[in-house]
Amino acid sequence: MKGDNLSKILSIVNGKKVILMGNEAIVRGALESGIGFASTYPGTPASEIGDTFAEVAKEAGMYFEYSTNEKVALEAAMGACFSGVRSLVSMKQFGVNVAADSLFPLAYVGTNAGMIIAVADDPGCWSSAQSEQDTRYYARMAHIPMLEPSDSQECKDFVKIAFDLSERFKIPFFLRTTTRVSHGKGIVKLGDIVKKNTVGVFKKDMGKFNMMPPRTMQLHDEILKKIEKIREISERTKINFVVNPEIKSNLGIVASGVSFNYVMDALVDLNIKLPVLKLSLTYPLPEKKIKNFIKKYKSILVVEELEPLLEEAVRGLAKDVNPKLKIIGKNGYLPKSGEYDEEIVIAVISKITGRKLNINLKDHLKKYKELKLPRRFAVMCPGCPHRATFWAVKIAAGLNTVFGGDIGCYILGIYPPYNTQDFVFSMGASEGIIHGIKKTTDQKVIAFIGDSTFFHAGIPGLINIVFNKTNPLIVVLDNRITAMTGHQTNPGVGITGMGDRSREIKIEDIVKACGVKYVKVIDPFNVKKMIKTVRKFLNKKEVSVIIAKRECRLLTMRRKLKPGGKFLKFKINQESCRKCGLCLYQFACPAIYKTNDEFKIDLDLCTGCGVCSQVCPYKAIGTVMK
Amino acid sequence: MSLQSNWNGDEMKEFNIVIAGVGGQGVLTLNNIIAEAALKQGYDVKTAELHGLAQRGGSVPCHLRFGDKIFSPLVMEGEAHLIIALEPLEALKSSYFGSKENKTTFLVNNSRIIPLSVPICKEIYPSHEEITEHLKDFSGRVIILSASEIVKKEVKSVIPTNIYMLGYASYRDLIPLNREFLLEALEENTPKKYVDMNRKVFELGGKEIKIIEDTELFK
Repeated sequence: MKGDNLSKILSIVNGKKVILMGNEAIVRGALESGIGFASTYPGTPASEIGDTFAEVAKEAGMYFEYSTNEKVALEAAMGACFSGVRSLVSMKQFGVNVAADSLFPLAYVGTNAGMIIAVADDPGCWSSAQSEQDTRYYARMAHIPMLEPSDSQECKDFVKIAFDLSERFKIPFFLRTTTRVSHGKGIVKLGDIVKKNTVGVFKKDMGKFNMMPPRTMQLHDEILKKIEKIREISERTKINFVVNPEIKSNLGIVASGVSFNYVMDALVDLNIKLPVLKLSLTYPLPEKKIKNFIKKYKSILVVEELEPLLEEAVRGLAKDVNPKLKIIGKNGYLPKSGEYDEEIVIAVISKITGRKLNINLKDHLKKYKELKLPRRFAVMCPGCPHRATFWAVKIAAGLNTVFGGDIGCYILGIYPPYNTQDFVFSMGASEGIIHGIKKTTDQKVIAFIGDSTFFHAGIPGLINIVFNKTNPLIVVLDNRITAMTGHQTNPGVGITGMGDRSREIKIEDIVKACGVKYVKVIDPFNVKKMIKTVRKFLNKKEVSVIIAKRECRLLTMRRKLKPGGKFLKFKINQESCRKCGLCLYQFACPAIYKTNDEFKIDLDLCTGCGVCSQVCPYKAIGTVMK
Repeated sequence: MSLQSNWNGDEMKEFNIVIAGVGGQGVLTLNNIIAEAALKQGYDVKTAELHGLAQRGGSVPCHLRFGDKIFSPLVMEGEAHLIIALEPLEALKSSYFGSKENKTTFLVNNSRIIPLSVPICKEIYPSHEEITEHLKDFSGRVIILSASEIVKKEVKSVIPTNIYMLGYASYRDLIPLNREFLLEALEENTPKKYVDMNRKVFELGGKEIKIIEDTELFK
């Protein structure tokens, strides 16, 4: 429960063991490091870092905010660290793309107080739409040192290490996790919570914070020197270590992050002991330590998810110390994409060593793969306002209209029966792309974008449409919250990450200020009005915007479900029902189902939105108090 | 410390559980309770969960491992000792985590949540017989209960079905954790106003009920 979590993360009992999610452990690590400022733009699998800060910030005496996007979040954290306050900014991997513009000069200029950029990658794309991006490249590209924890305990410990090193070398640190570390839970031994300054001073220093050649060139040289100094730490640190160093073997293993766990489990399950070099400070790499390790063996197995970065480093270093070394990695042995697991590691170790498990995994899976199971794709919840909007838009615009999709719960419009996302790319991309389509075709186009996404990256796209004159219809799906990542507040909500009231920024005001003439705010539960407006706006010669404003149903239900809360629900009147099935097959609310010959509404699931009763052509759906 | 499996007597270094269900069925709560109980009993614990989009009515398999020393949070294929499924289709989807070799027990709630792909894409939900037959291939024992019905009858709500399944597993010695630790963890992970109800539902797991299927009994 929330309260219980709060007490766990703020617990003052040194040495106490608690179970924390990797993301929570990062927050605890920050509290044990005297953090004063944290910011984020929510993105799974990093979301719970910000959410945990939001929960504890007031009580911990620190500041936290949900910023408008990752670039702003990074810059805010920079400002805090420049002013002498330790800061941490968290984001998912794609957020780094947004923040990158400020990230590179930040690395050059360096920090004042310690600063951490916590990034969660998502191998296997469990909660990421756009790519299987590997943030480790950013560390190398921007010259920002990187730590990679394998579990919750390391998440906490590494945050402390990163803050100390960041402050010592005046350079920001990446803390890079992957889904199984971010969302994995494990036992964490707590240390003391440390209070440091949360109020700082920005000391003017024209020479330090201004980027301008020739200073930029000097800084480039300086950062390369810093990295070499940190490489010496990387050589000495105990978090880059060898397991089973005494074992004589032809084969050694190099692993990092969550892959290290799969290696260790595989060795247990195969009942074999092999030397393993575990790398935790992975940029800059401890080249001497790696050389000393790899020169002892005939073959080296490198286990890392996503890109073969460690593998390439090992290959390069082997030229000096062990030119005949056989390197086993993503060169035909291990997959180059997707998430790893113990099965993958066992398969490759079995292939090399001949050791076998007692179960033949291939035969085992064969029986499973023969099964034809119905898919259970994620669906819009019962009463989701997006369903109502998609319904009205489909009726009004028809399926020949091009639907531009964006990032948020409404991505679920991809699935049948709606199919209302003809493309989905990145935050705010619906508007940019739909503009190009409109310029080059005479098709009808509609772009969907959520409230938080609009604030994040939707405004420049809209201005571009006005400025460069196309006439798409833009539907802002304003469900009054950042829903998909777990209900974080945004500028449209008027409540900050600290839980304080703030000015509620109205999307319609921004849209009008961008020069849009045709703007309407409509409750999507009013299906008729929505259909009428979509029809009207699609014929406009200029861009038009509908703001479909209705709170996420999960939030509404949380209030309604308080003890004693009875409310209207809906049921299908079997005498009026003509069994057309439209409510189930085309409207597709998860609360509607079919038994034998009757369509019914599951009253445990119905949230009483009543949109189905407007959709039913035979007026067969009515209310019932429950 | 060694884990003693209560039905086959073999000593194990670890105990692996997969909890399967649909978003909203309380998979994560169950995971938290068992993990906390394992910590109380002095074990190392790791769990893997899914968050975000996957939760919106999709499958949410959750992995939990405890023992002397646990590295990976993921249960390997065939290595689960217990699979708790809050929904039959989800039991099938997680079936390959079980195996005959490891005498996996499947504890399955019989109440179906039909995915929209069935009415809309005309995909087929497997029959009760197909489900049992398939699960037999991946297990030492399959127990199917009408847990949701039992719980609804008792407390007028299906929400604590997950807790009933936990109580059932505990009383049938399917989880090698002390009941007092499970109960403590249950209380700590329940909002105050629901503690009494959850305790009651947990204890209900100890009562004799009509089991829909128990492959071990029918051997």
